[in-house]
Amino acid sequence: MTKVQTISQQAEAIAQKLSIAKYDIYGSAVDETSVQVDKGKPKQVKASNRSSVIVRVWNEDNQIGVTSTTDVDETGLEMALKTAYEASSFGVKENAPDFSPQAKEPTAEVDFTKSTPAPVPELIDTLVEAEKGVLESHDAITSVPYNGIAQREIERFYLNSEGAQRSEERTYASVYLYGKTEQEGRKPRAAGAMRVKNGLAQLDVSSCVEEASEKTISHLDYEKITSGKYPVVFSAEAFLSLLGAFSNMYNAQNILDNRSLSTADSIGTQVASPLLSVYDDELHPENVSAETFDGEGTPTRRLALIEKGILKNFIHSAGTAKRMNAEPTGHASIGAKVSIGLNYIEVLPGETADDNYQLDKADGVVLIDDLQALHAGVNALQGSFSLPFDGWLIKDGKRISVESATVAGDFRQVLKSIAHIEPKVETTPGGICPRVWVSELSITGEA
Amino acid sequence: MTAAIFEQPLRLEQILSLSYTASPDKFDKTWEAPLSTLLGLGRAVGADFVEFFLERKNYISCLAEDDAITSISPSLVSGAGVRVFKGSSDCYVSTNDLSFEGLKAALEKGLAIMGLEMPDSAASVPEINLEPLRDYGLGRGKDNWLASCPSMQTMGEVLLEANAALAEKAEHVQARRAAYFRDCQEVLVASSDGTFARDVRLTQSVGFNLLCADGEHRSSIGERLGNTGDPSFLTAWDYNETAEKVAEAASNMLYADYVESGNYPVIMANHFGGVIFHEACGHLLETTQIEKETTPFMNKKGQKVAHESLTAWDEGLSTEAFGTIDMDDEGMPVQRTLLIENGILKNFISDRAGEMRTGHPRTGSGRRQGYTHAAASRMRNTYIAPGKHTVEELFASVDKGIYCKKMGGGSVGPTGQFNFAVDEAYLIENGKITKPLKGATLIGEATGIMNKISMCSNDISLAPGFCGSVSGSVYVTVGQPHIKVDDITVGGR
Repeated sequence: MTKVQTISQQAEAIAQKLSIAKYDIYGSAVDETSVQVDKGKPKQVKASNRSSVIVRVWNEDNQIGVTSTTDVDETGLEMALKTAYEASSFGVKENAPDFSPQAKEPTAEVDFTKSTPAPVPELIDTLVEAEKGVLESHDAITSVPYNGIAQREIERFYLNSEGAQRSEERTYASVYLYGKTEQEGRKPRAAGAMRVKNGLAQLDVSSCVEEASEKTISHLDYEKITSGKYPVVFSAEAFLSLLGAFSNMYNAQNILDNRSLSTADSIGTQVASPLLSVYDDELHPENVSAETFDGEGTPTRRLALIEKGILKNFIHSAGTAKRMNAEPTGHASIGAKVSIGLNYIEVLPGETADDNYQLDKADGVVLIDDLQALHAGVNALQGSFSLPFDGWLIKDGKRISVESATVAGDFRQVLKSIAHIEPKVETTPGGICPRVWVSELSITGEA
Repeated sequence: MTAAIFEQPLRLEQILSLSYTASPDKFDKTWEAPLSTLLGLGRAVGADFVEFFLERKNYISCLAEDDAITSISPSLVSGAGVRVFKGSSDCYVSTNDLSFEGLKAALEKGLAIMGLEMPDSAASVPEINLEPLRDYGLGRGKDNWLASCPSMQTMGEVLLEANAALAEKAEHVQARRAAYFRDCQEVLVASSDGTFARDVRLTQSVGFNLLCADGEHRSSIGERLGNTGDPSFLTAWDYNETAEKVAEAASNMLYADYVESGNYPVIMANHFGGVIFHEACGHLLETTQIEKETTPFMNKKGQKVAHESLTAWDEGLSTEAFGTIDMDDEGMPVQRTLLIENGILKNFISDRAGEMRTGHPRTGSGRRQGYTHAAASRMRNTYIAPGKHTVEELFASVDKGIYCKKMGGGSVGPTGQFNFAVDEAYLIENGKITKPLKGATLIGEATGIMNKISMCSNDISLAPGFCGSVSGSVYVTVGQPHIKVDDITVGGR
């Protein structure tokens, strides 16, 4: 009997004993190992095996209570159901979350092969070699202070008292390398790279070494940038960061809470340049962490968010979909107040590049590779951002690293000021996206 | 077999069949026998040091939006982590299974990862002699704290009343939120140097988040209060006072102009303004950063690293401050640590691994979010000491600058570059506040700014915060008096 079947049977028996008629449970078990190295030697190895479940209970008045617990045996499950039932007395009376109407619909067939976990010595050896690769790429790179290889096996499930029951298992491996330079009379510089795949064997560690080295070296000859307005090119990762930071624009719960840049009437309006199309596709073949159902059991799928600049859809939970006369979209996490989040973003390329939009011919353009401190520098409710970044000023087609600077602007204005989207897409852990050119943004350099 | 300390060393084969039953309700003395046995096993196999961290947590959060309670979320957590040191390397294994078998399996996994093999079954395994349990839960009625905390009903009532007060005081309200959480954590630490200590921590936080809108003009202001150890914290909350403050700030910022980017002298308010020292300097004084060689302050102990007007502390002792703990997560009693005195670097913030790898003595600063994280050197209550000036003197010294009244979050990178968002800012002209500004981000480099803090006033105030780093998110206090920074880059439009 699978774990989900066992928990289902236990929950059913406990619920009957406690006279609970309606409940659902989302749970996961994670088995994870990660290593860090320091100058050729292992520094820290971490391993964990942890489980947790979130239980929702509806009382006789259809109020909902929630409890999460890491104690997933029968005793823990009973305590969680009891506590959730107690909490249900204080649950909302209007617009209470309900089961997803799609919780029993078939999920997508995903071609996924689990990887066998690699032994710890192999993880260490791989990372030691990778660290060595970065250190040997340039004399100025004196350390790789942030590095790690991790492998993870996740089992997740959803079940409810109306017979929904689904589960899936996944494996992932990831590597990150962050090199740091030291040069006499110069400020230290740092940059990094990351890769994610299904297992260690599939992980392209050498390209991660190459990218981390190249990026770190490219920041050695830095210069101050004069504050002012510049045309800006966002890398895939940087543009996806912005799309994610302002996700309240497509988030139905945020809209219903009046905490969004959109309103319920925004569907169908032009919110961006016609060059921009954005989709959310958890099942995209490049998404190694694809999940076929969300926290409420709703199947995941591809969804158009913006097509040719027009806002097409919001992302929904079962509850928001019901309130806004839409369908749940597979973006919900279970909870007393269900939260909704983006899955895997796909930005489609626009027109073919011409001479006006080629970096190797550009002059006076800022290429932003990585935006930092999004937790601090984004005001998602106002639409504004002011963020430090890693990047380069392009002068006559050549990249000159920017010493230290921030980029500031209004997200809605950025979307409308997109001048060009390059034809070639890059794959990142959070989505796929080409480089995106924006006509003008404020750049402030450190004096 | 029941829990007992054996007079004779165990043989490995006996351990394989042992089954202790410790108290399931409390981390008390009944945990001594299983833990001393397992610690002995770890040492017998060849580990240089072994540590167990056990945790049980009873957490609940409550959210009121406008005039309804939209979420009450209890969470029950239990688990343990075992850390094994061999040479300068260490391994950390965590598990949800608090049974003897579960802890033994975690230890064996850790030992195996470190390449330590079990000896033959007849090998002798001496137990570790743990100290008598140092039970910090016995003081200040800690074991009764959870039972004395507000019920779910009280949480809901207080938050709804608070939100109603906010509605009365604010204008152009688009959304109101009042949020509370209570985190009751019981921990037990046992390690092969004999450490055996228990603590109970009660951490609470309550606050508002207000979004105002008028056409295209928007402002959002949050305010949070925090407390450790007072079960009546929520019911004693003066929400009218907090609502007044939040409403005024949101109103001031609603029609504010965006700040013009450039370099300015800046006056940073007390209270949460202390985040600048936390990010720009505090993190760089953690031994974790020395280990990674990512701090410009390494090898600078005894040297001048800041303006002579600056003295700073990190401690875990201030009554009810958000980062206060009686013992750290490695079982060491906390202390008051002088970091910088009149600009001279005096001490680093150190944990066990930091002491071992860098030589800087432990300061009771080994902290972690919970059992899934190994402890690391982390700040507790960190603040700049009061200076000799008045706030008026600070303002009088600025012809044109920016008053950062309320800071947002910030971060510091591996090269010492930092940044802070400013939630509430004002233009200073000729020593006077003239108009509100929004969208400011302060950027700079740690060693640079520490030498530009030229004036400190005498009105220190502490504020609660959350600090995320290698060992997860921990509760901390930031603080300072009003300070003047002679020159800093402000990113804006």
